[in-house]
Amino acid sequence: MKIAVLSGKAGTGKTLLSVNLAYVAKEATYVDCDVEEPNGHLYFKGSEDAKRTTVSRKFPVIDDGKCTSCRVCVDFCRFNALAMAGETVTLFDNVCHSCGGCAILCPSGAISEEDRSIGEVSDYRVGSVRVLSGKMNTGEAFGIPIIRTLFSRIDPSDGTVVVDCPPGSSCAVMESIRDADVCVLVAEPTIFGSHNLDMVARLAKLFDKQIGVVLNKYEEGRENPSEHYCEENGLPVFEKIPFDKDLGMHHSEARIAAQEEKRYAELFSGILGKANKAASGGVS
Amino acid sequence: MKKVLILSGKGGTGKTTVAAAFISIEKARAFADCDVDAPNLHLVTARLPEPEIFDYYGMGVAVVDPDLCIGCGLCAESCRFFAISMNADSVAVVDAPACEGCGLCERLCPVGAIKTEENVAGRRMLYTITGEPNKDGVSSKGRKTVFSTAELRMGSGTTGKLVSEVKTALYDHADKDVPIAIVDGSPGIGCPVIASITGTDLVLLVAEPSVSGISDMKRIVETARFFDPQIAVCVNKADTNEGKTAEIIGFCAEENLPFLGRIPFDSHVTAATNAGSSIDRIDCPAATAIRSIYNRVREMVLEYPSAAEDK
Amino acid sequence: MKIAIPVNENNEQTTICPSFGRTPFYLIADTDSGERVIFDNTAANQAGGAGIAAAQSLVDRGVEAVISPRCGENAARVLSAAGIKMYKMQGDSVEENLKAFAEGALLALDDIHPGFHGPGGSGSRGGRE
Repeated sequence: MKIAVLSGKAGTGKTLLSVNLAYVAKEATYVDCDVEEPNGHLYFKGSEDAKRTTVSRKFPVIDDGKCTSCRVCVDFCRFNALAMAGETVTLFDNVCHSCGGCAILCPSGAISEEDRSIGEVSDYRVGSVRVLSGKMNTGEAFGIPIIRTLFSRIDPSDGTVVVDCPPGSSCAVMESIRDADVCVLVAEPTIFGSHNLDMVARLAKLFDKQIGVVLNKYEEGRENPSEHYCEENGLPVFEKIPFDKDLGMHHSEARIAAQEEKRYAELFSGILGKANKAASGGVS
Repeated sequence: MKKVLILSGKGGTGKTTVAAAFISIEKARAFADCDVDAPNLHLVTARLPEPEIFDYYGMGVAVVDPDLCIGCGLCAESCRFFAISMNADSVAVVDAPACEGCGLCERLCPVGAIKTEENVAGRRMLYTITGEPNKDGVSSKGRKTVFSTAELRMGSGTTGKLVSEVKTALYDHADKDVPIAIVDGSPGIGCPVIASITGTDLVLLVAEPSVSGISDMKRIVETARFFDPQIAVCVNKADTNEGKTAEIIGFCAEENLPFLGRIPFDSHVTAATNAGSSIDRIDCPAATAIRSIYNRVREMVLEYPSAAEDK
Repeated sequence: MKIAIPVNENNEQTTICPSFGRTPFYLIADTDSGERVIFDNTAANQAGGAGIAAAQSLVDRGVEAVISPRCGENAARVLSAAGIKMYKMQGDSVEENLKAFAEGALLALDDIHPGFHGPGGSGSRGGRE
């Protein structure tokens, strides 16, 4: 079963929920798709021993000897990654999107391609959890190839898959939820939270996913715009995680709360159960 | 006009709350929300008029004319982004969110069945406020206040350009005598953040005292330094983890980064945010801390020469 | 010889634009013929690589020198490769700058390297477009 944990807004508790769900599941794979700012490895310690694979994309290499200055490549490139100054072609890696077009279109065969690293994937185990974590190099802008590599590593026999998605609703998020059986949306009790809950709820609906919401930092008796949103839009609430200093402390110290205290293990097991039920089509 | 940009690396640190408070304290007449993936600043900027809305066009997406398509599959084979595939009827079909608009398929198609079409990837909004000051102290005293923001459609990817457009609109429309513009930046470290950093005079990093908050703060310092603004740091929700707050202060000392202050966790913040007002209007510990930090920001940014000549 | 300056408006009284890559217009002054031309910078609307596209358009027009307040590293690379000299703007007006250029009074523009400059560092404010 694949659970995707997402929130429109960062800092709502996506990683808190993901690492704890992966921990309480009997056998699990935790996939950290937030490749710009991966944090899961801070909770699942032991990443130093991980098997690391470089993820690369192809960049053009220009053979000045073969180049006839015809400008086909310069005129084709929509990203302005190629310029003709003087007789030679100058390449700008930092705006190149690796579409491969210039290499294919060069009439003189002067452009070939070489792989260059854009990030890496780490693969390791902590107890019964297999951790797949992706990280994008600073300065890079395209995380999707790394996310694809992460998913290609998943072994269906490795138990429950918990996907810690990037925040927002960008194409990287879409890529992360593509195969999910259920989307668990984490929301905080502010208008920022509900506004962004709306964003991801619409995204999950667009992909026809089963949805459940976890209301984090919940305070009884206080106005909760995210709770209202769920009521108004008929979204099932799997759990209300109370605003809790102890939980916050565990998390800010990079400890897995469910591992530290039984009450948290129970809390997150409950959420896992509801997610499982929703994934198999039941209503929680 | 000096520009102050608020960044956090990690999301959820309170960047927008701090930005809104700064805008209120400064009675800023120019401010912007560069978090185009998930803009939130407008939610705490009370009583905005109707904005001017501009469609934002991204790179364009490939569109296949099924009547012309001969099913050769050359496009699908060549697409690096998995954005085009052959359906059951052997007709090429484009997955629009995945399409980067590179134009290779259009170029390769032997029968000209593919065209790149403009697509509306989002929209940019410009609010111009004139007249009486409103309840959050956004005062114009007869002059105008400009708020520039934007929102990307779901799945759209080209945010660097949109962020640039948001900034340019702000600089173009702000009154010439505005001393300071406040910009709420994007989370992360990618090109939207880079686009928001260029041309800014001071970056204020709002850090969260947690292992992940510190790790993300370091990444953003590395990114911001590349572009040469002044950089300063403050810690939000500082009392939720004193140990980590001390670590951040230590890091700033080592790296020669001005540490401007600590904001305590304060439940008044949630209440004010939900009511749609800036916390500056409330007398509470967080507001006091933010005011003190802002005074230092103001001193720093007015002291130094501009990043670029005033427009 | 042709000199290009990024400008804000399509008229001769225009002010100089602080951005090189996304300037709305370029003014090209031909010191031999005295001719002045102002044209749209189509690169300004590009999603990415605006500096590169802008520099390319100047290369294609046979420009030999550029006067600008600053310049991004990508554009600077194109200009250098083409042997186009970059000068730092002095004073606000087009006239002042062209006059200073003719007198050899303009300094080379070195305000382009992104490197690490800590806070409190003065001067160099280079960066990417």
